[in-house]
Order: sequence, then C-alpha cells, then structure tokens
Amino acid sequence: MGTNLFYFLVYPGFLFMAVIGGLLSWFDRKITARVQFRKGPPLLQPFYDFFKLLLVKETILPARGAKGLFLSAPVFAVFGATMAGVFILLPLLNITSGFHGDLIVIFYLLTIPSLTYVMGALSSGNPLAAVGASREMKLILSYELTFLLVMVGIIIKSGQSIDLYQIIHAQQTGVPFIGSFSGVLLFIVAIFCLQAKLAMVPFDMPEAETEIAGGIFIEYSGTPYAMIKLSKYILLFILPAFIMVILMNGTKLEGINILWAVLKLVAVVLLLTLIRNTNPRVKIKQAIRFFFVWMNLLAIIAIVLAIFGL
Amino acid sequence: MSKQTLIPIGPYHPLQEEPELFKLYCDGEIVKDVKWETGYNHRGIEKLAEQKSYDEVFFLVERICGICSTSHPFAFATSVEEIVGVEITNRAKYIRTIIGELERIHSHLLWVGLAGHFLGYNTLFMWAWKYREPVLDLFEMIAGNRNNYAMFKVGGVRRDIENQKIPAIEKVLSLVKKKTDLLVGAVMDDPVFHARTKGVGVLTRQDILDFAAVGPTARASGVDIDVRRDDPYAAYPLVNWKVITAKAGDVFAKAEVRLLEMYESVFIIEQCLSGLKKEKEGDVEVKIKHIPEGFGTGHTEAPRGEVFHFVLSDGSNSPARHKIRAPSYTNIATFKKSCVGQSISDATISLAAVDPCYCCTERLAVAIDRQSGNRIMNAKEIISHSASITNKLLQHE
Repeated sequence: MGTNLFYFLVYPGFLFMAVIGGLLSWFDRKITARVQFRKGPPLLQPFYDFFKLLLVKETILPARGAKGLFLSAPVFAVFGATMAGVFILLPLLNITSGFHGDLIVIFYLLTIPSLTYVMGALSSGNPLAAVGASREMKLILSYELTFLLVMVGIIIKSGQSIDLYQIIHAQQTGVPFIGSFSGVLLFIVAIFCLQAKLAMVPFDMPEAETEIAGGIFIEYSGTPYAMIKLSKYILLFILPAFIMVILMNGTKLEGINILWAVLKLVAVVLLLTLIRNTNPRVKIKQAIRFFFVWMNLLAIIAIVLAIFGL
Repeated sequence: MSKQTLIPIGPYHPLQEEPELFKLYCDGEIVKDVKWETGYNHRGIEKLAEQKSYDEVFFLVERICGICSTSHPFAFATSVEEIVGVEITNRAKYIRTIIGELERIHSHLLWVGLAGHFLGYNTLFMWAWKYREPVLDLFEMIAGNRNNYAMFKVGGVRRDIENQKIPAIEKVLSLVKKKTDLLVGAVMDDPVFHARTKGVGVLTRQDILDFAAVGPTARASGVDIDVRRDDPYAAYPLVNWKVITAKAGDVFAKAEVRLLEMYESVFIIEQCLSGLKKEKEGDVEVKIKHIPEGFGTGHTEAPRGEVFHFVLSDGSNSPARHKIRAPSYTNIATFKKSCVGQSISDATISLAAVDPCYCCTERLAVAIDRQSGNRIMNAKEIISHSASITNKLLQHE
C-alpha cells in the first residue's frame, strides 16, 4: 500500500510528472517563441503560472452553472492523467512490470481528461463553452478510433501482447517498432492523435481563442484553472512517453541510455511544437474528415503491413 | 423552429480588439443570423473639428484611426485645397504619395499577421509583424513618428524627405519586397491555409454593389474600383501601376489582393523616389493665407477602401461643417451576407477579412529592469533610442 501510494503521488507519479510536464511546457513555449522571433519565458514560468492561479487569483464560479460538477471536473482530469501516467511510467522506467492488459486500461484512462473537460464546460452554462464542448466531443469521437487502430497495430507488431512491459521487451530484444515501415506509419498517425489529444494547433478548435475565446475553459479561473493547467502539463509529458513505450524502444535507465531517453522525449515534444507552429487551425469538420478518412486509412495500411511483418 | 444560441463576439473579445459587438445567432455551429452594434467608441470628431483651426484638424483626423492615420489628413487636405483652389508642388505630391503607400504596406502586413492569428497561425502573425517593423522605422526616420505622422498641412507637407534619405528608403523597400515574397509563399502555398480560407465568406459582385463595399473587399470580388485611378489625386497620375483584382470574393481572394497590392505600393514608391530626385529640395509647401467661403470634397484610397471628407467653409479659420466617411463603416455591412450560413470558425475569419479598423497602436514607452529595478526609460532616452534607429537606417547607404 505504502509503495503504491509513493508510486502514485511522488515517483513516477503526480509530483514527478508535474515537474517534468512543467519543464516540457516551458520547452514548448520557448521553441514557439524562438520560431516566432520572440525571446520566450524563463525556465520556471509554467510553475509561476500554476502557483499564481492556484494561490493568488480568485476563483469565480458561474452563477447559473452546476457548481459541483464544474469544480470536480478539473480534479478528475488531474486524477485521470496521473493514473494513466503511473501505468505508463512504471514499465517505462523499469520500476515494476505493470499488470496484464494495462495497454487497454491506459487507453481508457487517457480519454478521461478530455471527457472531464467536456463535463466541466457543459456544467458552466456558458454558450461559448457549450460550443467548445461540442467541438471537443466531435474531436474525441474522431481521433479515438484512430488511436485505437494504432493500439491494434502495436498489439499485432508485438505478437499479440497487451502488456506494456512485453511491448517494450519485444522492442528491446528485436528492433524498435519505429524502425519498420508500418512502425513509421503508426508513428505519424499517433503524432496527429497526440496533437488532437493535447488540443494543439491545428486541432485546438475546442479552445480557439480568436473564435470562442477559450471555449471549454472560458469560465475557469483561479484554482480550478490551475488544476486544468496541471493536467495539461502532465499530458504533455505522459503522451510523448506513451509514444516512446509503444514505438520508440522504451528506455533503459543506465549510463548513456538516460540521455537517449531524454532526447527521445524532447524530440517528440519538439515535433509536436513544430507542427503546432507551422499550421493554421482547421475547422472541426475538416478535422473529423482528416481522422476518419486519411488517418484511419493510414492506420489500416500500417496494420495490414504489420500483419505481413513489414 | 430550432433553438438558436447567441454567440457574442465583443464588446471585448480576443478577435476584435476594438469595442464592437457582433451577435451571432447560431444553430449548433451554423450562424443563422448576425447583428452588430458599433459606436462604443464614439468621440464626436466631426463636431470637434468645427472648433479647431484648419491646421489643428489635421492632428485630430489623424487620430480617427491609428493604422490608416494618413488617409484622413490626406482626404482633408485634398478637400480644403479644393476650396482654396490651389495646386501643390510636385515634390509635396510625391511625398504625400510615398507616405500613403508606405502606410498601405504596413497596414496590409498588419492584416496578414492578424489573419494568421485569427486562424491560430501565430507564427505567421509574428513574422508579418516583424517585417512590418522596418516600415515603421522608416516612418520614424521620415516623420519622427511611427504612427500619426503629422506630415500633412494645407498646401503641402510639413517635412521634406531630403534626397540623402532616399537610399535608406530604397533599402527598406527591397527588404519589404523580399519579405513579401516569403509571406506570399507562406500564405499561397500552405494547403491548410487554402482549406481554411477558400470558399469562405464569399461576397459576389452583386453583394458588393448592394452593400456599397469599397477597397480590397470590393476588389477581391471582381469590382474594379480604386480612387487612386478613378479620381486621381497627389502623384498617382504621374506614376505607373495597376489595380489588383480577384474574382473569387472569398477570404483567400482578399488575402491575395492585399498581398499583391503591397508589390504595387513598393513599385509606386520607387517611382516617386526617382521623381523626388528631379525636384528641388525643400519645395514642399504653398503658403495659404486664407480659406475662402465654399465647400470642398476629398476622397482617398485608404488601405481599407475609400475615405471621404466633406468640408464646408464659412471664411473663418475653422470648418463650418466637416463630414467624414470611413471605409470600414460600409464594409462591415457585408457581414450580413458573408457570415450567415457559415460555421462559427468561418464566420470569425469572414468578420476579420474586411479588416475592420483597429486602434491598437500603443507603443512601449517604459522599461523597468526587474533585477536592478532602477532603469526606467524617460522621454530623453526614448528620443535618443529613436534617433539611433534612424541613424542605423541612414548609415547603410
């Protein structure tokens, strides 16, 4: 019990993920700033932002909203993200080997933050939040199937294994999955799913500042908004980590390999940042078509290739 | 009947920095109707103008809009000169044209950046505004101000562009041309940008005529109007250039028209500069002692379309009546056509596509260093900073 609580709260759980996630968020913002000829924030800016929202800013509740749900949604978002993160990081950092079928559990847990955002937005009673929530729901419906197909591809490639530990083991004894043709396709599809899960441009239409002024988060302020920010930091860490597990060989935490692990993580985040800085936001209809037609097609091709062992 | 939701854009909204309220009546994501309220920022400028002398009115009308701040003095000067019946010198004409066209360049760059921002493409936003900066520096060199240049007066211009400054202007122009190529590439070759702007907010030729829209909004729908050519003023009859039009009438066509117009502006300025070299330096003003009774009209092509000024003089030293019509006022009415039936995402970029005038030209004046806490930029330092920018421009001749 004590060990599990330590896993959940400190390492590799809540605290560890929040700190790494905050640093990655800084990296994302810094790269964005450099691409745009700006100077960028100092290293600790994400933490300043978080603590300012948490401790200094007042919390304003929507007068006509469902306050209980409105306030609990961000907490659930943090819990869902943390839980998924723990199950991803335990095998990834070679702490324990996880449990049988954890890939399926993680897949479900990773949808929780998005769903809680929708809940929180709908309970706020703001029309702009409602538009944002409807967009987020449509977005979830479009990318989840694609993400599931990526999982199927991984399961086939790893020899019908649904354990993260087995998937990492299969890659470390053989070649990383990304080293094959189907693996590259799966990686491309997974990156776009991540982009949508993290609600980054071109898939940031649920928030779309210049259209619906923050959309799903428009009514949030103070501590609840700090929680949402925290869940975003955590997702920015665990989703690239998940990609590392399923496609990029996992990690070995010894000697030079630690550097490799960090580089892989940073490379994935860098890729996400660059995509977000070189594209306009697409419309929700276009996003649905993009995932339903093109990404699903690509994923299915990858699965077929994987079946033939390519 | 399905229930319609009201999506408000404004009075304070990240899309429209200026206080305007657009009420989008939506059924789901689809905009069914749009209503708007303007007038949050009423300043009574026409009435104020009647209390000021002709020289002071220039500073007043310059502040109607921070971005097209020369188009109003331009039109006012033209109308007052019509009352007096005076022909200004060629050098003053060239200088007026140069200022007007430089303004068009920086205004269009600003719009391209904002269009990127509204589409979530913040990189384009920052890049376009970075390349707008040399143009503003140029203004600082010519007029001493980045916006609100205070260059115009009845009978000419206040400051000469000395011939020794011409190479610096030419250098910035070649830079602008190069960077426009880059932006044209970023806009015209981006498939996602195409997907977001093509076929969005379409205004047909008939719509433009119905709503009496002007400027790039009209030209993007194939309506070939441009005051600079149709009723030439200043140095426009003396130079070669062509009016850019497009057929489609969507947001993409509006972007295309604005981007290509920047090349024309550069071309016009280059000819004006070579014209300037032939004229006598310092010959920029015709002395006018008295404004006689009568009325005069003046219209100029601002970056957003036709600006119209009417001035009635009773022989005193201030206008008896001053009427202004700015282009955004007629262009905004087209939203009734361009937004209805679109999704919210398309409606917002359609709202922005006519480039409704923003007054966001504040400039940083104070810098406090947090570490030492003692460095506050005072007026003297700001002036020396400004001078150093001008010197830098002049040095690379």
